[in-house]
Amino acid sequence: MRKLFLSHTTEFVLFAVIIAMSIVLAFTTDRFFTLGNGFDLLNISAVNIIFAVGLLVVLISGGIDISFAVAASIVQYVTALALERIGGGGWVSGLLIAACIGIVLGMINAFLIHRFRIISIVATIATFNVYFGLLMFFTKGVSIYNLPDWLTSRVIIYEREMADGSWAEITLPVVVMAVCALATWFFITRTTTGRQLYAFGDNPEGARRFGINIGAMQFIAFGWLGLMAGIAGLMQAHYAQEVVPNALYGRELDVLAAVVLGGARLGGGKGSVLGCVLGVLLVSITQNGLNLMGVSPFAFKMIVGAIILVAITLSSARIGNLVPVFATRKSTGDRPADRGES
Amino acid sequence: MNAPAARFNAIFGADMAGPLAALAVVLVVFGFASPHFLTGATFGSVAFQLPELGVLTLAMLMPILTGGLNLAITFTANIAGLTLAWTLQANGGIDAGPGAFLLGSALALAVGAASGLVMGLVIAFTRAHPILVSLSMMIFLRGLGEFLTRGGDISGFPTFIAPIGHGSILGIPVPLLILIACVIASHILLSRSKLGFSTYMIGSNIESARYSGLNTRKVLVLVYMLSGVMAAVAGIIMLARFNSVRVGHGESYLLITVLACFLGGINPFGGFGRVLPVFVALIVLQLLSSGLNLLGANQHLTTAVWGILLIVVMVLRWLSAKFIKIVK
Repeated sequence: MRKLFLSHTTEFVLFAVIIAMSIVLAFTTDRFFTLGNGFDLLNISAVNIIFAVGLLVVLISGGIDISFAVAASIVQYVTALALERIGGGGWVSGLLIAACIGIVLGMINAFLIHRFRIISIVATIATFNVYFGLLMFFTKGVSIYNLPDWLTSRVIIYEREMADGSWAEITLPVVVMAVCALATWFFITRTTTGRQLYAFGDNPEGARRFGINIGAMQFIAFGWLGLMAGIAGLMQAHYAQEVVPNALYGRELDVLAAVVLGGARLGGGKGSVLGCVLGVLLVSITQNGLNLMGVSPFAFKMIVGAIILVAITLSSARIGNLVPVFATRKSTGDRPADRGES
Repeated sequence: MNAPAARFNAIFGADMAGPLAALAVVLVVFGFASPHFLTGATFGSVAFQLPELGVLTLAMLMPILTGGLNLAITFTANIAGLTLAWTLQANGGIDAGPGAFLLGSALALAVGAASGLVMGLVIAFTRAHPILVSLSMMIFLRGLGEFLTRGGDISGFPTFIAPIGHGSILGIPVPLLILIACVIASHILLSRSKLGFSTYMIGSNIESARYSGLNTRKVLVLVYMLSGVMAAVAGIIMLARFNSVRVGHGESYLLITVLACFLGGINPFGGFGRVLPVFVALIVLQLLSSGLNLLGANQHLTTAVWGILLIVVMVLRWLSAKFIKIVK
């Protein structure tokens, strides 16, 4: 148990914070601790969690991606157009098209990063601008509302009528989210490739000398994120029942913050699916709780931002780095600098 | 190395070649493509549009040189602009005097410095990744701004502020003068001061900088504070140019400032790069935007072209590195 806790500190802390928040919210609001609200939370978080587990794989492999949310917007748009062209299609064809486009867009990033040795943040900032610019240029910012019926009609997997007559529902995105999270979990912890990704992210040069194919790692990591972004894009279109070219713009930074909150490390080699899911849920629960407590929606982001800032500060600080600031100061490197200035 | 190249490097620095070549290409290509390109009107509009992006890029530059990033610059600019706007409103709105403007500007700069101070302290003392710290600061500031303004905009400022955004002195736009002043200040700071030297040291290798006796924490805090102050300057310029402040204004500049830095030859890992090539890269970006505009393309196509330009520059850099290896 102790070993489990030490190896999964972030997950345990997140879990404890979520439980604590839930208890407080259960007592302070009447609606938080209901099945309906719980299901709502899952429905709302589904798309972000799909994005998050995809981004997690890239972060583990030591990269970073800014362009995935915009790539998902392209996927939505092109998939909608393609479905119209083939006369409707269905869930299978829709998911296939979305997944393929997503993977291709991810592969473009991997190609730039691997072939030309461009640092992943630079490459994805470039593709972010290219993807978004071209999308807005070709679509002229026009949204698509006439999506196929199968895509816009809600698919209810499980429903239950509550005492007050409202319905608590679990919809398709939640199931897809669960499948994506489980698949990612299986992929990164139970396959050789997944372990190689961790090794590669932790120490690329060591991994290379060990015989791991660096190029394959990049393509697999960014391809996986592309796949997830494609699925998430389709789910977003399903959830919102429309395709708006700039609806997902800016989502990448929120997802990135949530994933890192869940214990993934920029620089690679660390992170888990559970932490990632808990990170997204913590942000959603905070917003949901604030909403139920009647706090102005305009304050949500401020509070969420402050929480993430505090969480990152606390989780990054090694003990002895935050509190005995002055103790380390006396012993190590900072002292000569003081002398240098005087 | 042959003599002309050596002389060029001696005068401008080796990292100037890329941006200057790009500048020449843009001037020649658009000069031929559009008869209206090489006219005063183009350069006039560039001169007025450049400063907001330019000052924000300078705010991004110093953190990148230390190997970090400041994603909060655009919203720091917004919050600083709001601070100035409220100070003006509290002192009579349209009838506010120059005193209120000076006070408001000082407060705006202080707010920018404060946001940088918080980020710098967290980054320096916890060693959290700068991308994450500035990202959460960005989310916080955006939320704060939306909370305080309810998503609306604030306008109605005294008329004497307008020249800061629209006026000219001796034919040179005032915002451009502010940008040039900021460029010179940054250049001197980075190339002549101890803080600048320390910034490069930290960017190349923070551990060895610390062991060689630099107070790395102090330098990091100062760098992020200066970044915040520079963002606040951009906020004041934006207020004057649009005669209003809205949270989210200039948000699209965020990634473009990073793009401008990399185009200007700044090393993404920090430690290497200078202000002047970045300034030239900014001019290239803005001329490209104006040129495409003249040819009838819209802003979004320009964004795409900027992204492609960044990829091309990175590929060229990779090619040249490979070429040098073969020659050796």
